[in-house]
Amino acid sequence: MRLWMLIIAAIILSFISLFIGAIDIKPSHLLDWDSREMKIFLISRVPRLIAIILAGAGMSIAGLIMQSLSRNKFVSPTTAGTLDAAKLGILISMLFFTNVTYTQQVIFSFAFALIGTLVFMQILDRIKFKDVIFVPLIGIMYGNILSSITTFFAYEADLLQNISAWLMGSFTLIIAGRYELLYLSVPAVILAYLYANKFTVAGMGEDFAKNLGLSYKFVLNIGLILVAIIATTVVLTVGVIPFLGLIVPNIVSLYMGDNLRKTIPHTAVLGIVFLLICDIIGRVIVYPFEIPVNVTVAVIGSAIFLIMLFRGRAYAKK
Amino acid sequence: MIEIKGLTKRFGNKPVVEDVSIKIQSGAITSFIGPNGAGKSTLLSMVSRLLDADTGEVLLDKNNVKQWKSDEFAKRVSILKQANFLNVRLTIRELVSFGRYPYSKGRLTAEDEQFVDQAIEYMNLKDMEDKFLDELSGGQKQRAFIAMVIAQDTEFILLDEPLNNLDMKHSVQIMKILRKLVDDLGKTVVIVLHDINFASVYSDYIVALKNGKVVKDGTTNEIINSDALREIYDMNIPVQEQNGCRICVYFNSHS
Repeated sequence: MRLWMLIIAAIILSFISLFIGAIDIKPSHLLDWDSREMKIFLISRVPRLIAIILAGAGMSIAGLIMQSLSRNKFVSPTTAGTLDAAKLGILISMLFFTNVTYTQQVIFSFAFALIGTLVFMQILDRIKFKDVIFVPLIGIMYGNILSSITTFFAYEADLLQNISAWLMGSFTLIIAGRYELLYLSVPAVILAYLYANKFTVAGMGEDFAKNLGLSYKFVLNIGLILVAIIATTVVLTVGVIPFLGLIVPNIVSLYMGDNLRKTIPHTAVLGIVFLLICDIIGRVIVYPFEIPVNVTVAVIGSAIFLIMLFRGRAYAKK
Repeated sequence: MIEIKGLTKRFGNKPVVEDVSIKIQSGAITSFIGPNGAGKSTLLSMVSRLLDADTGEVLLDKNNVKQWKSDEFAKRVSILKQANFLNVRLTIRELVSFGRYPYSKGRLTAEDEQFVDQAIEYMNLKDMEDKFLDELSGGQKQRAFIAMVIAQDTEFILLDEPLNNLDMKHSVQIMKILRKLVDDLGKTVVIVLHDINFASVYSDYIVALKNGKVVKDGTTNEIINSDALREIYDMNIPVQEQNGCRICVYFNSHS
């Protein structure tokens, strides 16, 4: 697959995304700056598209970094407790401060996502049996433990409704003024690209990295910080989007290999294309209502994941 | 020159390497031999800074290796541990290019590309340079990793059991290449070897370890004789000369 093909697909899908929805907007409406359609376009449709683009690229790259650093094809923010830890962080911030500000939520969620992922990497370091399936299973169990802690305290504090809202990844509520946090993932993604070579070297193991004079621990920490930034911004604005960081990097790895400098652009654009398709499907099948994007991603994503598990076990093991 | 002085490493209370002092001669192949658990790999890891010693020091050009800047050290000493488990999908060319990482940090200059080309040619991998590592056989993979080390262009090349999982033909091929690296390019090669006969036929110096200590250390001729071998392996090993090679016939030995 060529990069320009993916980019063209992303552009076409972006146009479709801008012009579907409960209110019919045609390109001709946009000639009139003061029209109602133009306002809806700017307040709802454009922010939604930007959010999809940033979340799609961000989550896919976060998954790619995690797979490289953990040296396991099936580790991603959803299978390593990162997103569950971020949720726990938001809850703790709500319990700590009676009138929690957005900034406090962001900081807590970031800190928890970072620590949560670090703990998982420590667990990974300690277990001897590093089977390609076994490791993400441990990650999922670990995530569920964090998640049940969150549920327990949320139940005690009567915040269950709030946390179930973060559980659901959806672009329905994205309007101007409610998604701008996602822009923080842009510098994270750029940094990821600048560090691509270092991540690839670190992905070949600590001994290998040291042989080439790379400070392994430093690169590992940078990678986990970038993952935590991306995961936090996505969870706080869009919610949890499962599978994205898992399947997109794996598909790219299949046809391009694991040289991150080469694969990061592909991973980002394929992530955008995949998320746009899922969002458009969710908006079309029960038109004029919507199905949240995490449902469509989960249905399509789990199917692809299952195919990868059965067909790709041999490939991932290598 | 690399000089090892009083090096000791414990895992828990058990000393794995104990008070080892040796000099590694430049421009030669030195083999570390000895029974399982003798501390050969641990010693090699400490020399290459992958592992910190508890006491003692390793000197490269009279300076403690810990004081070297990591990228400068990576231009002088390279280490290849058993890499057959690596599950990264890179092409041979990409892998070899990473050998230039200490010099270019991933942005290859024309000079780097030249080193990469030469290393690939040297290891006879030109016609498969765009193949992914996971499509290669064990021998081809090992050659690809050695090509990377050649591109790294270090004076010292340390290899931890490079013949593991290789069949006879590929083992001989790899050892011949190492010999050429020393004879043609003036490199210094240090290898951990399991097979005493490969050590005998291809190395200039042998360091024999047992229970973490050096039992014998000298030229190949000094080590490959029945008296020295009995001390190292607790076995009676007759040595026969064949085409100028000393071969240890240990297969039916009586201890």
